Amino acid sequence: MNDDQHILPTIEVTRRTVIETGTTALLLGALPHVSVAADAAQGGPCPISAELRVNGHPHKLVLDPRTTLLDALREHLGFTGTKKGCDHGQCGACTVLVEGRRINSCLTLAVMHDGQSVTTIEGLASGEDLHPMQAAFIEYDGFQCGYCTSGQICSAVGMLTESRGGAPSYVTADLTRPAVELSDDEIRERMSGNICRCAAYPNIVAAIKEAAGKMT
Amino acid sequence: MKSFTYERARSTAHAAAAASQPGVKIIAGGTNLLDLMKLQIETPSTLVDINHLPLDKVEETTDGGLRIGALVRNSDLAADLRVRQHYGVLSRALLAGASAQLRNKATTAGNLLQRTRCYYFYDISKPCNKRVPGSGCSALAGFNRIHAILGGSDDCIATHPSDMAVAMRALDAEVETIDREGKTRRIPIAEFHRLPGNTPEVDSTLTPGEIVTAVTLPPPPPGTQVYRKVRDRASYAFAPVSVAAIIDNVRGRVRSARLAFGGLAPKPWRVAAAEQILANTAADARAIDATADAALKGARGFGANDFKIPLTRRTLHGVLGEIART
Ligand SMILES: Cc1cc2nc3c(=O)[nH]c(=O)nc-3n(C[C@H](O)[C@H](O)[C@H](O)COP(=O)(O)OP(=O)(O)OC[C@H]3O[C@@H](n4cnc5c(N)ncnc54)[C@H](O)[C@@H]3O)c2cc1C
Ligand code: SF4
Ligand code: FES
Ligand code: FES
Repeated sequence: MNDDQHILPTIEVTRRTVIETGTTALLLGALPHVSVAADAAQGGPCPISAELRVNGHPHKLVLDPRTTLLDALREHLGFTGTKKGCDHGQCGACTVLVEGRRINSCLTLAVMHDGQSVTTIEGLASGEDLHPMQAAFIEYDGFQCGYCTSGQICSAVGMLTESRGGAPSYVTADLTRPAVELSDDEIRERMSGNICRCAAYPNIVAAIKEAAGKMT
Repeated sequence: MKSFTYERARSTAHAAAAASQPGVKIIAGGTNLLDLMKLQIETPSTLVDINHLPLDKVEETTDGGLRIGALVRNSDLAADLRVRQHYGVLSRALLAGASAQLRNKATTAGNLLQRTRCYYFYDISKPCNKRVPGSGCSALAGFNRIHAILGGSDDCIATHPSDMAVAMRALDAEVETIDREGKTRRIPIAEFHRLPGNTPEVDSTLTPGEIVTAVTLPPPPPGTQVYRKVRDRASYAFAPVSVAAIIDNVRGRVRSARLAFGGLAPKPWRVAAAEQILANTAADARAIDATADAALKGARGFGANDFKIPLTRRTLHGVLGEIART
């Protein structure tokens, strides 16, 4: 299940970067569409460049194309706030915002997000001021062990954007109405992609309700 | 995950030409393909990323229907007001699938082409004809709780896991494609997924390299639209049984009925005879029983999935009861 063995150590990437930079840079500069041949002789991965804007700052990366966005964030950029739970889209621990939308970073490749902006848990606060969702999770004890929490918080922030935009959920009674109200049932359904092994669910719902009220 | 070459498609025609080569796979949302690649169930040597192609629009067609681009994300389609107002069954089915995070990535075409969730298909230590043709089917005599009661074969009893496709089946959608020669065609959704027969490794009727460009919906049919998904937990779980129903009731009598079932078969299951039985009745308990008999004609359990037969019957009663009350 764990794909860590496929992550090239940073040092290795750096060495390869040096070797490959000439061709890679040329390719990327000359063609609007990236096409990099696999390193046939070694049967190994051929690194590929991608630029991610993480929490407002651009990061140039040279990656094995197999690298998931999650592994790029954690192992290459050191944003370890985003967690790996299942690595298969089943738990939500790896939830981040890409271009403002919540996704599971374990089920997407970093190279597919070249040029896009990513917000992780590390990017929500402004300086010492916690994001209202972070503050509400603390106030309402929306966690126990905390492993799922960064995913829960990023997911909740994405969820509020969706519901404010009028997106319905499976439990929305009337789909034809363009606006939705965030009842507890709505919050539970919309947050069902984030599993909490400690079952802190009641407090998570309370925290999200509080933050939703404050963020209007 | 096995090593692969990553490319971006320049056009649909380029993607189709590339994908017709052995070992090449299209990647859209990646939520199914990458999952399978991590387990080395899919081992493409090249991935062609189509996310930059302009296939992400929902447009009205001249005949009053909708044309949904292959790359429209499941969440965007579910939230589209035209879909919510005129194709509620589709919106509801999409919202019943996966999680909000997954729906934000999952695409129309990827959803249609997602592979089965059969446990043995996912377990590379077990025989599976769909994964390794000719190796045998572990589900027939194994744990087959999520497996098909209709449409399976002696070689495979996997179900198709999509909720969206079940609603599209009830709506008589058509799948638009382009092949490696640049030729386009429209495939009725009823013919898009195939039954396993003795080649369960082939899920759809697409030719090698043929790319889905859009799904079109005819003008909305008259009647009330409902999607009911029965599952082991309230959310974020695949359906043992689901029903997409479009029922046109006039003064307590059914004028026309469309019923498509999910979770029962290798493809969304629709039986014309069952719909005809329900039409011109008052949808009373006897009529619903007769409808269920026809819909389940030939159904066969394999042990752990026997429960799907009575569950389908009860779900149909539940859905038609709900519609009668509205
Ligand atoms: C934990 C979990 C729970 C889930 N629960 C549900 C559920 O309850 N109900 C449900 O319906 N689904 C569920 N899903 C499945 C989800 O809906 C699919 O993974 C998703 O719809 C696939 O879309 P995608 O764009 O990510 O496809 P991808 O993974 O990108 O592609 C899937 C397949 O389609 C092919 N493909 C993609 N686009 C095209 C195209 N344009 N032309 C030709 N071929 C193409 C790819 O080559 C690949 O073979 C779940 C998934 C997960 C991980
Ligand atoms: S049911 Fe189909 S997918 Fe499952 S083990 Fe049998 S052959 Fe494989
Ligand atoms: S780690 Fe991504 S969903 Fe579990
Ligand atoms: S707080 Fe422990 S998993 Fe959620």
